[in-house]
Amino acid sequence: MAASSSPKRSHTRLIGALIVTVTHLFGGFLPSKTFAGKRNVVSVDGSSTLFPLTEAVSEEFQRAKRGSIRVIVGISGTGGGFKKFCRGSIDVQNASRPISEDERKKCEASKITYFELPVAYDAIVVVTHPKNDWINEITIDQLKKIWEPSAQSKILWWSDIDPKFPKKKLNLYGPGTDSGTFDYFTEAIVGKARSSRGDYSASEDDNTTVQGVIQDEGSLGYLGFAYFLANKEKLKALKIIPHGQKNGVLPSIQTIADGSYQPLSRPLFIYVNAQSVESKPWVKEFVSFYLNEASKLAIETYFTPLNEQIIQLVKQRFEKKALGTSYYDHKLSQRLNEALARETKL
Amino acid sequence: MSLVFLFEIEKCEVLMGIFSANKSLQDRIFLGVSVVVLIFVLGIIFALFGGLINQGLDRLNWDFMFSFPSRNPQKAGIYSAWVGSILVILVTAICSVIIGVITGLYLEEYAPKNWMTQIIELAIANMAGVPSITFGLLALSFFVIRLDFGESILTAGLTLTLLVLPIIIVATRESLRSIPLSIREAVYSLGASRYQVIRDHLLPYSLHGILTGVILAISRAIGETAPLIAIGALTFIAFLPQPPLEEQFPFVNFDWLFDNFTVLPIQMYNWISRPQEKFHVNAAATGIVLLIITTLLNLMAQIIRFYFRKKYSRQSF
Repeated sequence: MAASSSPKRSHTRLIGALIVTVTHLFGGFLPSKTFAGKRNVVSVDGSSTLFPLTEAVSEEFQRAKRGSIRVIVGISGTGGGFKKFCRGSIDVQNASRPISEDERKKCEASKITYFELPVAYDAIVVVTHPKNDWINEITIDQLKKIWEPSAQSKILWWSDIDPKFPKKKLNLYGPGTDSGTFDYFTEAIVGKARSSRGDYSASEDDNTTVQGVIQDEGSLGYLGFAYFLANKEKLKALKIIPHGQKNGVLPSIQTIADGSYQPLSRPLFIYVNAQSVESKPWVKEFVSFYLNEASKLAIETYFTPLNEQIIQLVKQRFEKKALGTSYYDHKLSQRLNEALARETKL
Repeated sequence: MSLVFLFEIEKCEVLMGIFSANKSLQDRIFLGVSVVVLIFVLGIIFALFGGLINQGLDRLNWDFMFSFPSRNPQKAGIYSAWVGSILVILVTAICSVIIGVITGLYLEEYAPKNWMTQIIELAIANMAGVPSITFGLLALSFFVIRLDFGESILTAGLTLTLLVLPIIIVATRESLRSIPLSIREAVYSLGASRYQVIRDHLLPYSLHGILTGVILAISRAIGETAPLIAIGALTFIAFLPQPPLEEQFPFVNFDWLFDNFTVLPIQMYNWISRPQEKFHVNAAATGIVLLIITTLLNLMAQIIRFYFRKKYSRQSF
């Protein structure tokens, strides 16, 4: 027995030793990440909603600088991006919502300070089939009645929403739970983020929602404004009647920009690492370029540009080095000019 | 030869079986169901490929292959994506072959049968069933943060290595096991050492099986998106990694291992979820390129199989 147990033990030990050696070799001898720093790179990550605009700005910026500055953009999502941002591994963060309490604490812990700069608006559009002739506008209460969790298996016919509507099957379409559109819609309509009925056709890709609504006369769905614009002829957008008002507002670049399309429009932000702005002049150049060009490129990429007055406020915030967020108390419903007028806190 | 003959007979039976009178009812029903399922599966494959080719073929040209991503769908291309895909796969292939084959050899030829080996085997079997996103998260905390490799080609290659290792280990072990015991006994009886047996006999005989496993594993890895998004692969990158060859001594340069990258499936995923129809066409064209690469890899697997089978003909076994 003694003879056979010793090779066994040596095998076990050998494997253990190998694992330790290999790990150390890799960590020690390979050159560390010196190459990315050698060139002037602006690294951006975060929300996939804002990606098309940042892509367009980056493309134009690289062209304007004739390739002397490089921009790289990832799509880790707003949450995933903030993790990297608060670790200090990216310069600019695309965000489809303001920074959260947890994320602020993380940034504080690693001594990352930042600018919060709104760059464009996005909106959520409630759509039906173009042949639907019984509804043109919808109230927030009706939307809540349709989408809240208790509506599950109860609101199944159009006549369940309002007895005046025909007794036609109500087929719902919307984004899946990983989507920022889902987060925002549930918070604005149901009143609690991520609280929704589950018995609807969900897809992470708004194009699938478009296809579903188009093929179904009893359909009702919600999706990002860009997807509505790209399929304008095939979809019918509903006017939204805000709380306490009588007239519905149709989503358009006009109504989103002046803030009357409420509560389903939201600002999109870039968060900029203040240390990067100080130490890397090209990051500052990129951000200034972004603020200057965003309105022109926003229309091309189906976003709603900020109006001139707000752009000036955003530029001032960047020039005056006003660090931090103005959403520290999570009043998401405030209008952008109100938010920009408030003080900022880290 | 006899195998081919058997196959021919079987083919006839599939065609005749359904109608022939002296088959039992059960046989006929089973055959009928099998044929229907086969046609159904082939139909799905052709519908998928047909749709892709129909939508994307017109977009596929040299401009598309050699342009960087852009907001303008007509100007956008997949240059950085396919270069990234190829480099990542290169790293994966090298690492996974070295680690996988050696592990397979060790487990099959050297490892004593004890609890430790059993745990390792269990772990490998488990690894094959782990969702790919999990490897991405592991790689994010280990390769990206702990070892500070960054969101680089090296990180991506190593992540995909983890993903395909079980396939290669199993393929290696299977093909080693298929070598008859008589060969080992014959070589040992001539006084060869264990290392000589492995180098001169076991490895050459099992090479076609191992290589087939490797290439199948790699054609799986090239289509992976989720773990690479988790480690922070980029979506917009309008430049290439540094070239691996340079004019001055030592002529090779490994800086590209630490460069940022994107890959074909990520580019495709990004385009398919854009609102504009024209980006969907780009996505389809990217799909065709991915399909061509996978087909070429599979073709290579077939050729290698054929070549080594001839070289080390096993008729004598």
